Amino acid sequence: MAIHPREQRIILKYADEPGYTPDIDCYMRHGGYEMLKKTVGMDKQTICDEVKNSQLRGRGGAGFPAGVKWSFVDRKSGKPVYMVCNCDESEPGTFKDRQIVHKDPHQLIEGIMISCFATDCAKAFIYIREEMPKGAKILEQAIKEAKEKNFVGDDILGSGYSCDIVVHRGAAAYICGEETGLIESLEGKRANPRIKPPYFPAALGLYMCPTIVNNVETLCNVKHILEMGAEEYAKIGRPNNTGTRIWCVSGGVKRPGYYEVAGITLGELVYDICGGPKEGRTVKAIIPGGSSMKILKNGERFRGKDRDGNEYDWGIEDIPLDYDGIAAAGSMSGSGGMMVLDDSVEIPVALANLMAFYSHESCGQCTPCREGSLWLKKITTRMVHGEARPEDVDLLRSVADQIEGRTICAFGFAVAWPVQSYLDKFEEEFRDLAQRHSHLGGDRTAAKELACNH
Amino acid sequence: MELKPETLAEIEEAIPKYPEKQSAVMPLLHAIQKDQGLLTNETAEWVAGKLGMEAIQVLAVITFYPFFRQHRIGKRHIRVCRTLSCAMAGGAKVCDKMLSEFDTDLNEISPDGEVTVEFAECLASCGSAPVMLVDDELHENLDEEKTKAICDQIKSEAVQA
Repeated sequence: MAIHPREQRIILKYADEPGYTPDIDCYMRHGGYEMLKKTVGMDKQTICDEVKNSQLRGRGGAGFPAGVKWSFVDRKSGKPVYMVCNCDESEPGTFKDRQIVHKDPHQLIEGIMISCFATDCAKAFIYIREEMPKGAKILEQAIKEAKEKNFVGDDILGSGYSCDIVVHRGAAAYICGEETGLIESLEGKRANPRIKPPYFPAALGLYMCPTIVNNVETLCNVKHILEMGAEEYAKIGRPNNTGTRIWCVSGGVKRPGYYEVAGITLGELVYDICGGPKEGRTVKAIIPGGSSMKILKNGERFRGKDRDGNEYDWGIEDIPLDYDGIAAAGSMSGSGGMMVLDDSVEIPVALANLMAFYSHESCGQCTPCREGSLWLKKITTRMVHGEARPEDVDLLRSVADQIEGRTICAFGFAVAWPVQSYLDKFEEEFRDLAQRHSHLGGDRTAAKELACNH
Repeated sequence: MELKPETLAEIEEAIPKYPEKQSAVMPLLHAIQKDQGLLTNETAEWVAGKLGMEAIQVLAVITFYPFFRQHRIGKRHIRVCRTLSCAMAGGAKVCDKMLSEFDTDLNEISPDGEVTVEFAECLASCGSAPVMLVDDELHENLDEEKTKAICDQIKSEAVQA
């Protein structure tokens, strides 16, 4: 994909360069593994401190500070520490890890090995979703090459430190992206998430051993933090929102794709970089960070006070494109998967599409989520088919409210947030659809195609 | 259950990668499904014996993950993404085209035995929507014409085979 001049590429610096290939020779010609060579001579705590001081936040969804996560690892247990790279990339709207794995796998391997060395991990696993079979093969090949050069395996570069990487393929279950579900899956079980406390991975993770679970993009960043130094790295973006982020934009824009940027606004991404809405269309709403995140309505004002007490009053295009900016607008940057909904999209129908997704992907462990997600699918589906009942709008909210906060894992929020936020922002559309239920008539083909929930 | 020598080799290679044997259940099921086309109760018992598990534990895994199947499918596994970004870009039409080209219904084996067309959840390529997987191959930015060309390709490969 062509690189936009407004991008600030660090992680994807070489990924789309003509002639850049995923093999180790190409990576090393571009300075690859030089940082690992330096790292194995460094003090482990110094590396951890650098990552902490860089303020790097997790790129997988929750945005938890990576260095702090590392510091939680229980080192007194006497058990081995495991590293798990979460490459289950399955949040609808997200396709950034795909680029790294397919185009620059050694960058990830180097990031993993540096992180494993710093945190003294005994073994690393890359959990890659089944739907990326080629990515799994590319990673296997990359690990094989890295082993031949002694970057992975026994006594790495003569340092006395040994660590192997195992590529583990999923089998098409979204819930494996949730870190404790992933761990259960890696143990050879159903991916039912574990309850926290007590099962924080840092204490009781894989095989009940301390475990670090980091996203692909997060681990790649570690290498660049050490290269630049934490202080320089932290100058990219804003404080508490440091470094670049790879945003994935899909839906109603002229130039969908992945863009690595820092310090810009949502409007600059959607209108300048992605070219704005398609010809003759307008932006109706934006789902900012993957399908689980609350929707932002175009035209509404986002007001409040920031942490320094300064008041802000933003339109959708003014929202700073980072963790805190999107949080201040009432949503989350999640995994960076941005879906743009234009004025051709009926919001209740888009919700029907997503509820089919969530009801399919609920692991079934918690009753509110298992039953509730199915109710939400059924209700939204009958809206699409012109069979809505007058009480359906209130019923949707009631069911969503009963899921939120009543489940073991965050999947409950992921189901509830779209429903609650779409209702908050577009209630009239839902009411309209529910009111017209008996005389809707007309051609519902387009709506059925968008809901796509056979 | 007769497994190909390369499948058995893959299985023997997978088990020692993990600190605990049970972790190899998914790699083993992947290998066996590729070899046999589906996973049966006999598979569950075989894998259980191999990994020191109960057969019911293996069956619990098989029935949890959408990719593991206990039924046969056509020679080519077609998965059209149905989630929002692909749906907004016309994923449903891509699926309809596949179904009509092979004169089949969703999730069924086509009359010529060549394909099974399914809907899949987000395939993580939303920027090039709509997309579909034909076995391991991802096809992007699909429209009716491109979809037709893929169908023709599959049919011509079937004739050659």
